[in-house]
Amino acid sequence: MPAAEGTAPLAVILDQAGLDGLLTAIRAKGWRTIGPRVADDAVIYDEIETVADLPMGVGDEQKGGYYRLKARGDQALFGYTSGAQGWKRVLYPPRQKLFSAKRTASGFTIDPMAQPDAPLALIGVRACEMAAINVQAKVFGDKDFADPGYQGRLKGALIVAVECTRAGDTCFCDSMGTGPEVGTGYDIKLVEMVGKAGVTYVATAATDKGAKLLKAAKGKPAAEADLAAAAKAVKAAAKQSRKMETATSAKLKDVPEHARWDQVAARCMTCGNCTMVCPTCFCTTVEDVTDLKGDHAERWRKWDSCFTVDFSYIHGGAIRTEVRSRYRQWITHKLSTWHDQFGQAGCVGCGRCITWCPVGIDITEEVAAIHDSTKGRK
Amino acid sequence: MAERKRPKLAVWKFSSCDGCQLSLLDCEDELLALTEEVRISYFLEATRKIEKGPYDVSLVEGSITTPHDVKAIREVRRQSKALITIGACATAGGIQALRNFKSVKEFIRCVYAHPEYIDTLTTSTAISDHVSVDFELRGCPISKHQLLEVLNAYLNGRKPNVPRHSECIECKANGIVCRMVAAGTPCLGPVTQAGCGSLCTGKDRGCFGCFGPMETPNTAALAAHLKELGCSGRDVQRLFRSYNANAEAFRKESETHG
Repeated sequence: MPAAEGTAPLAVILDQAGLDGLLTAIRAKGWRTIGPRVADDAVIYDEIETVADLPMGVGDEQKGGYYRLKARGDQALFGYTSGAQGWKRVLYPPRQKLFSAKRTASGFTIDPMAQPDAPLALIGVRACEMAAINVQAKVFGDKDFADPGYQGRLKGALIVAVECTRAGDTCFCDSMGTGPEVGTGYDIKLVEMVGKAGVTYVATAATDKGAKLLKAAKGKPAAEADLAAAAKAVKAAAKQSRKMETATSAKLKDVPEHARWDQVAARCMTCGNCTMVCPTCFCTTVEDVTDLKGDHAERWRKWDSCFTVDFSYIHGGAIRTEVRSRYRQWITHKLSTWHDQFGQAGCVGCGRCITWCPVGIDITEEVAAIHDSTKGRK
Repeated sequence: MAERKRPKLAVWKFSSCDGCQLSLLDCEDELLALTEEVRISYFLEATRKIEKGPYDVSLVEGSITTPHDVKAIREVRRQSKALITIGACATAGGIQALRNFKSVKEFIRCVYAHPEYIDTLTTSTAISDHVSVDFELRGCPISKHQLLEVLNAYLNGRKPNVPRHSECIECKANGIVCRMVAAGTPCLGPVTQAGCGSLCTGKDRGCFGCFGPMETPNTAALAAHLKELGCSGRDVQRLFRSYNANAEAFRKESETHG
């Protein structure tokens, strides 16, 4: 969001030492800094402390069912496209304890909840990821049943966004309207400029807390030319090899008997990877656990997937026993009925479901096939 | 709360390596608490003290490989209110079910100096192929956490939290980067039931399928992809033919490669 009307947003130029200063300032204010680093052959989002933890000179190659790190031959810290899993891991952890209870002589008592952890600073949020955070904020917030856990973590969070200056092969944010430029919701935005003279960052603050931190980082003020160069660099990320046929994808609910569902079912393993890496998939299951005596009980919320049989279990059995009905449920909800439920699409075009599907099933290709077969029909 | 009667627990062994029974002894921190809740009535690996049946819960390890086993498992079933099978041997026939694909007669001739002493079946099969089973706990070996969960659920009259979905879901929840996608490592995770705690994938190895087929395993799709990764038909066959070789989905897939 822009700063108060009439005043230009604070924009400074930082070098990598300056960026390190910014991280230090953020940590000094009590935020837990989560950002990209290399682990297990991928860029993951995890605890970071200094610029030295960031993936320097690391790029990536992604395609259907394929991810490899590539040396870029430069000093870029944000030269990869998107991490293996999004920020959902920290804003909406895979396992959350909802409450615990103890048996008493007359019934039971609920234990007080543990204090929330230190607020999070998310370092390196991409446009699609910012959009995904906003999508989940809506899912967990603007209807009748706000989720205090998600909303609390998001409210306390500091978001440092990073513009993409290139798109990966599985990216399609441009066609989803969620990128390549970062939308609203961040506190500070960085554009990484890799030049002969080294790597610099055009840092812009969008909120007061962002501005205060940028001032503490002591960068030199950005000139018009810097801002223009940054804007130009971001444009390069709009060159994307994949696109979503959004007119067709929004109408998937109208083709429940399409022959394509059987074709994709032959390849789909119902392993659930797509839903796990999707930054907007929000489904969970609830597990009650007890101690052996049965005097202490806990209720846990765990990530679940519409690709499991139990997900559609109602009294008497599961209703989505076929693979085709599970894939159809996922993609139709994501792209079509999400509009009915939340007034927007549930997909932000990050491409993770394509990259991390072990057999490389491509959400854009599935929609394109249906698009081609229904072209010209009313 | 009023003291409830401690149920009688029996632990039985058929053809197996004892590793799953050991998982029970391996519950070091929880073992004393467990013995307060159940009465260990028959568990030869832990104690010579034996109590007569019937038993409230029987944990059965191992597969059925001899005519004697066939009779014995019926007696165990007769003596047990609840029968829970533990481990890949008991739930699918185990690694020794590799015999099902070859001539057992040949094996006996090659291995034993006096084949006439050997009285064995030509197959190794799951307990559920012989008697009705109340719950099957997968794994080679089983996870002690899941074993405690099953006993705990039994004691407290609730459904055990033992999901039947893929190992991938567990990997993602544990923050493991997919070995197959990020490193090209052949992995059975997508068709294997979760529960191991991402043991191999967390150590940069592909999944070996110790927990057997997940609820709706699309083994053909995975096999096709394994071949794209460079596996030969024989490699694919060997991947599916290990601890759960005789689990139906893995057996059928293995039979189409070679």
